Amino acid sequence: MNPDLIKMIFGRLNLDALPIHEPILVGTFAVVATGGLVLFALVTYFRLWTYLWREWFTTVDHKRIGIMYMILGIVMLLRGFADALMMRLQQAIAFGGSDGYLPAHHYDQIFTAHGVIMIFFVAMPLVTGLMNYVVPLQIGARDVSFPFLNNFSFWMTVGGAVLVMMSLFVGEFARTGWLAYPPLSNIGYSPDVGVDYYIWGLQVAGVGTTLSGINLVCTIVKLRAPGMTMMKMPVFTWTSLCTNVLIVASFPVLTAVLALLSLDRYVGTNFFTNDFGGNPMMYVNLIWIWGHPEVYILVLPAFGIFSEVTATFSGKRLFGYTSMVYATVVITILSYLVWLHHFFTMGSGASVNSFFGITTMIISIPTGAKMFNWLFTMYRGRIRFELPMMWTVAFMLTFVIGGMTGVLLAVPPADFVLHNSLFLIAHFHNVIIGGVLFGLFAGINYWFPKAFGFRLDPFWGKLSFWFWVSGFYFAFMPLYVLGLMGVTRRLRVFDDPSLQIWFVIAAFGAFLILLGIGAMLVQFAVSILRREQLKDATGDPWDGRTLEWATSSPPPDYNFAFTPVVYDNDAWWDMKRRGYRRPLTGFKPIHMPSNTGTGIILAGFATVMGFALIWYIWWLAAVSFLALLAVAIGHTFNYHRDFHIPADEVVRTEDARTRVLTAGAQS
Amino acid sequence: MSVATITTQDSEPVFHVIDEHDHPEGASTMLGFWIYLMSDCLIFAMLFATYGVLGGSYAAGPSPKDLFDLKLVALNTTMLLLSSITYGFAMLTMEKSRIGQTQLWLAITGLFGLAFLGIELTEFAHMIHEGATPQRSAFLSSFFTLVGTHGLHVTFGLVWLVTLMVQTARFGLTEANRRRLMCLSMFWHFLDVVWIGVFTFVYLLGMLR
Repeated sequence: MNPDLIKMIFGRLNLDALPIHEPILVGTFAVVATGGLVLFALVTYFRLWTYLWREWFTTVDHKRIGIMYMILGIVMLLRGFADALMMRLQQAIAFGGSDGYLPAHHYDQIFTAHGVIMIFFVAMPLVTGLMNYVVPLQIGARDVSFPFLNNFSFWMTVGGAVLVMMSLFVGEFARTGWLAYPPLSNIGYSPDVGVDYYIWGLQVAGVGTTLSGINLVCTIVKLRAPGMTMMKMPVFTWTSLCTNVLIVASFPVLTAVLALLSLDRYVGTNFFTNDFGGNPMMYVNLIWIWGHPEVYILVLPAFGIFSEVTATFSGKRLFGYTSMVYATVVITILSYLVWLHHFFTMGSGASVNSFFGITTMIISIPTGAKMFNWLFTMYRGRIRFELPMMWTVAFMLTFVIGGMTGVLLAVPPADFVLHNSLFLIAHFHNVIIGGVLFGLFAGINYWFPKAFGFRLDPFWGKLSFWFWVSGFYFAFMPLYVLGLMGVTRRLRVFDDPSLQIWFVIAAFGAFLILLGIGAMLVQFAVSILRREQLKDATGDPWDGRTLEWATSSPPPDYNFAFTPVVYDNDAWWDMKRRGYRRPLTGFKPIHMPSNTGTGIILAGFATVMGFALIWYIWWLAAVSFLALLAVAIGHTFNYHRDFHIPADEVVRTEDARTRVLTAGAQS
Repeated sequence: MSVATITTQDSEPVFHVIDEHDHPEGASTMLGFWIYLMSDCLIFAMLFATYGVLGGSYAAGPSPKDLFDLKLVALNTTMLLLSSITYGFAMLTMEKSRIGQTQLWLAITGLFGLAFLGIELTEFAHMIHEGATPQRSAFLSSFFTLVGTHGLHVTFGLVWLVTLMVQTARFGLTEANRRRLMCLSMFWHFLDVVWIGVFTFVYLLGMLR
């Protein structure tokens, strides 16, 4: 066939793009493909496709979308962690003339993919999933402000994840590090598809993240139950509000800067090039203007989770609610004034560096205030060391270490020594694992019974906890030592044999974390098997304080048969104390949004368009773009997007719950 | 149904409202759209910032004085400003539920928008013809990207405008359609405001630079 024609049809995609000469990738592909086929076969065998499509893929219910976000995050955690394990193994053995087992070409993709996946497709979906699930329940709402948009946002995030995963088997991923600094990421030095996978994966997911941010801000501002003033909102809702404000105010920056990078790569403009007036440091500035708020986007909801957990499991009102809220808001604002501390070595001069060093150090003040608030909440409380509380205590100890090394790095002269070293790597894993991930695990263990009606198994949960926490310390404390000794990040082989022992310890830590993840998966499986013993009929297994515990577990589609009225910032606690009785009669039809498949279709076209642009398949990009436009416009011609749950169905649901509750009270 | 009346019942507090919580369809749309506009505004802010940093990097190529034709830009600006005024008339007639006049003003707005785009494309074609392409220098890269992104927004606005005109013709000035026209109105005026920034910051200051 005519090579020009083939090029027109397939762009730069050809059989060489399949990594058949790399045994590790072939093996991974075999495992993933087998797993995928088994899953596909099982779903087909049990005839679940219609059910999945009707009840899950097209759902606009914030609870189901939240659960799907969590599943996405946990699946991607396995991929991101596999990358981490491979890096630890490589660095532990690449000594004494050994090249390790990973060629540079592959190793560089792994550390890039690890960072990208862990931030964008593990931490973000898990955080967004929890906010999606919990926030509407905490504020007594039926759903989010824009339920269809919520579904669309989720599928865009999935689309981004699909593109990044695809790079594993079709072509390759970026070899630039997780922020893809130019000029390395520009077309001259990275002519392959790797950076394009990076760009389009993040752009597709970024649209979803921005829209979900707008959605949740509106939800919190507009849909709070009567009586819930801003200063009566639960702290998790407050931190979610701040996080989503940060999302709306920072993700457009990422979109813009990646668009400029793609113009450089596709059109040949000169934004970040070395010649024709381009300025690569412009990229570094812009991407960190997004990047620094991003870390607070991740950690603020975790702070909210810890606040809920500490108050609940200490049996006390949260200490210093007002200061907690102000601390959150101050962190939100300050997070925009510190971005330059990521590149003190750029050479901005002493005054600029001092400004950003000082603002960075100031952030530790509101964060420290939060820490003391949690401590004082625990002080003289009757603390129950259930799993969420254990994760919280582990967080408090671990995060303080990470925070202090952060303040060290905030000192520009110290940063000149530690910049780009493993000390930095240890620091941010210390805060992201010790802060964000521990928070998410606390949140998962805390709200799981709300979502499914049974608790997670404590034995396997504790096992996972101890493996994770000890594994974390074994894996990252050696990196502090190595960083102080001057070892830089992203190295593949080492000359100095005295360093090896530290890398071996770190690899051992990673292995412990592997056991922690394994125990967590077993915990999920065991809990599902033992769901009858772990059942919670009350809807309030922890003696909770906020509104989500006022409804059944799992909550009905409409969340609350009647909208609750709030008098106190521990609304449910207040209701229990003042003899609240569940209404048993007088139910009315409930207005609800209908499911739609438009979200998944739109996201599907967006993903195809991303793929086509990555491989220069211009006709496919054009076709999928036009399809995207047509479906979006077509969707606006549908004016009937809602329905009413009839009153007798509400009565049936509520009566069933009444029976369960009385049975529970009698036994 | 208001909280105040409920809390005055001092004997036993009421913990739920009997009537459906009052959230009519589309109650959050305006707020949501405002927030979206602000996020879009940030994209423009980044492009302005990039132009601010790179706008003087001519790389020995043409500078604003060699390229910009202020008379043409003034004409262009007039088109866009007039389109905002006519959109305003469309909204006023919409308030009075005069569907024919609304459609007419919307159509005129669309024509002004088209004229704006036409003049902009002529300007671009002229510059590219003279060798001042986006690839020539960082100044031109950031110029074409900033002005082009605005033009792209106007293009999408036009597609949206046509869609809404079809929907108004088919379904009338329903509550939903009024809300949609309000959103497009905000979008259109927002693009106007951004253009004022482009006009001042890129063209006028460019001639002084």
